[in-house]
Amino acid sequence: MLANRKLILAHFWFAFALFGVALTLGAWQMFIRSPIGTWLSNPELYYRSLTAHGTVMGYVFPTLVAMGFGYAISESALEQRLVGVRWAWTGFWLIVVGSVMAVIPIALGRASVLYTFYPPLIGNVFYYLGVVLVVVGSWIWVALMSINLRVWRRAHPGAPVPLAMFANVAGSYLWAWTAVGAALELLLQIIPVAAGLKNTIDAGLARIFFSWTLHAIVYFWLMPTYIAYYTIVPRAIGGRVYSDTMARISFILFLVVAMPIGMHHTFADPQVGAGFKFIHSAFTALVALPTLLTVFTICASVEIAARLRGGRGLFGWIRALPWDNPMMLALAFSFVMLGFGGAGGLINMSYQLDASIHNTQWITGHFHLIFGGAIVIIYFAIAYDLWPHLTGRELIDMRLIRTQLWLWFIGMIVTTFPWHWVGILGMPRRMAYFDFGDPAIAPQALSVILSVIGGFILLTSGILFLVILARGMRAPQADAGAYRFALAVHQPTIVPVALNTHALWVALMIVLTITNYGYPILNLATSAGTSVPAVYVGAQ
Amino acid sequence: MSAQETHAGSAEVAARVERRWATIAVIIIAGMALLAAFAGIHQATMPQPRVETTDPSRIHLSGEFVESNLGSVLEPNGNVTVRAIGQQYSFTPACIVVPVDTPITLRATSADVVHGILIQGTNVNTMLVPGYISEQLMRFTKTGDYLMPCQEFCSFGHEGMWGKVKVIDRTDFATRAKAGGRLSCVGQ
Ligand code: HEM
Ligand SMILES: [Cu+2]
Ligand SMILES: [Cu+2]
Repeated sequence: MLANRKLILAHFWFAFALFGVALTLGAWQMFIRSPIGTWLSNPELYYRSLTAHGTVMGYVFPTLVAMGFGYAISESALEQRLVGVRWAWTGFWLIVVGSVMAVIPIALGRASVLYTFYPPLIGNVFYYLGVVLVVVGSWIWVALMSINLRVWRRAHPGAPVPLAMFANVAGSYLWAWTAVGAALELLLQIIPVAAGLKNTIDAGLARIFFSWTLHAIVYFWLMPTYIAYYTIVPRAIGGRVYSDTMARISFILFLVVAMPIGMHHTFADPQVGAGFKFIHSAFTALVALPTLLTVFTICASVEIAARLRGGRGLFGWIRALPWDNPMMLALAFSFVMLGFGGAGGLINMSYQLDASIHNTQWITGHFHLIFGGAIVIIYFAIAYDLWPHLTGRELIDMRLIRTQLWLWFIGMIVTTFPWHWVGILGMPRRMAYFDFGDPAIAPQALSVILSVIGGFILLTSGILFLVILARGMRAPQADAGAYRFALAVHQPTIVPVALNTHALWVALMIVLTITNYGYPILNLATSAGTSVPAVYVGAQ
Repeated sequence: MSAQETHAGSAEVAARVERRWATIAVIIIAGMALLAAFAGIHQATMPQPRVETTDPSRIHLSGEFVESNLGSVLEPNGNVTVRAIGQQYSFTPACIVVPVDTPITLRATSADVVHGILIQGTNVNTMLVPGYISEQLMRFTKTGDYLMPCQEFCSFGHEGMWGKVKVIDRTDFATRAKAGGRLSCVGQ
């Protein structure tokens, strides 16, 4: 059993409980704005719900999963006592307090600004302070991951850092730096206005700061999933990691190229010129590289497992895979969703195609497929894999687990495919209501109804997930042994310094951010007359 | 051959396969970037090149976006310029009228919070950020009515912020433009 099981369980349970609430809100939103929902005479409630759904799903839930998983990795991959447990609890409680502080004004309708903030719309100051506390809590985790690795290095000079920890620390650095954009926006721009110290704000500059966070945060969400692809899946299905080196290169690439590309979110904005948009667009293409490398390495690792189980033939080995193993199932579903989502992503990243789908329902369909689908289904698998090591009890109901994963996969496809389609038809996002009686909008009705059905399948699956975990807390006791990670085919004995440390890559990440963001930010911050009056939510 | 040698041999094969795949991946990506650059240069689908600012608290009083200057105008060279603003929760003009098969420049801004303009069935799609002017080139190839929703959340009335674009015959438009002033289809 893991020594810090209480700490990790606290993170996971709080994450999954909030996830359950936000999921319910998501399903309700999908229903209420559909042709079968009854028209809410008060759209204000819809935007409260949407702010809560986005804030929890975007900020709180994935952060807590990454943190809990990170502590588990640090303890088990390094085989060393976790340093700074007190601090870890402090970080956790900061997140709890921050979440509560943010949710109260949302529930009261005082912070319906959605999780992207977009000033000059300004909500209650406690909403933003709550988000800041969540981020500060997570920064404690970043520091602890770094410190724990350093302690280990001192005890093992020159030894290769275990892949899981190498990747985990890379992810934590990426998060620390990417959160700086939103932190600057909140601390320098929004909070002074929300607190009433100022009443004007530069809305264009705020969008640039936010784009700094908005892109790379996606890769932070993805980190636990990629770590599981490389270091859990091969072990769980009886294979080996095809290449330890390729894995390290992929994580380093994420660190370097995820950051300086966020302005692809501002393609349609008037406050940045075409030059920087082009630079960010070109860099965006690069970020596909680590994913392509990962898909290759993981498929090869899975093939190794199949051949070890007696699989034969060019494709015949696929049949030899352990399909009743939840990890195998989750991986396959995740890859299918990653494939479709990735294809959609190529469309978003192109300057030209983006114009036809920017801010339509295509975008919401896209990120639910990638984030809610490909990424979150592996969060489930991570929880299932860790659970026996956290509870000291066996997860016996494999059948139920498989059903849950199947439902999530089917639900995601049924929800998001029609969701993409109505986006292509031009349906705008973030609307509480659509007039399906209008002949121009009527053709979208059927697709929206399909999405509602998918949403309820997802909700069912989410509830099943919580039930399985809760039952796992009361199952018969069983010793799961030490928590282990996958070994590589060629387990490294020495690793080049560049692939064993982060400093060089962190420096490159910072330099690239400065070259790609420095000028636009300075330019906007110093040009006079771009601040506009704040519009306070609920003041009209 | 000893087991040791087989091991080294397989490592070499692995490295070679990996290198090949990495090369393919790099080629795919370089290809996509080139395609984007080509499309940008040759089909003029480039985003707005310049940044222009305006003070939203004064746009009603003077300058390009005063009420009497909003709407469509036929320029001497035969092109059309449309000026519009977004505010909570409508566009002015709420119905934009333009001729078919004509180069059109849309110039728009916001009077309060962030809004967006999207014309359904086209790739006209731009943000309206208060303090800045958005400019977009467009050209319609079919006459008819198009819906123009606001595509960014702008507070509680966002779902009701829908404008319209009416694309009419070129000669019709020219006739109406003779009377001078700024054209719109509000109330038609
Ligand atoms: C039952 C499953 C779910 C349903 C039916 C659902 C539904 C929705 C809906 C209707 C929206 C608003 C889209 C719009 O107004 O344009 C939304 C936004 C969002 N959802 Fe979900 N969702 C679900 C699950 C998830 C999951 C699992 C995640 C991620 C872990 C997620 C993350 C988000 C985020 C980040 C937003 C953006 C909020 C915003 O635009 O302000 N959702 N969801
Ligand atoms: Cu992005
Ligand atoms: Cu609007």
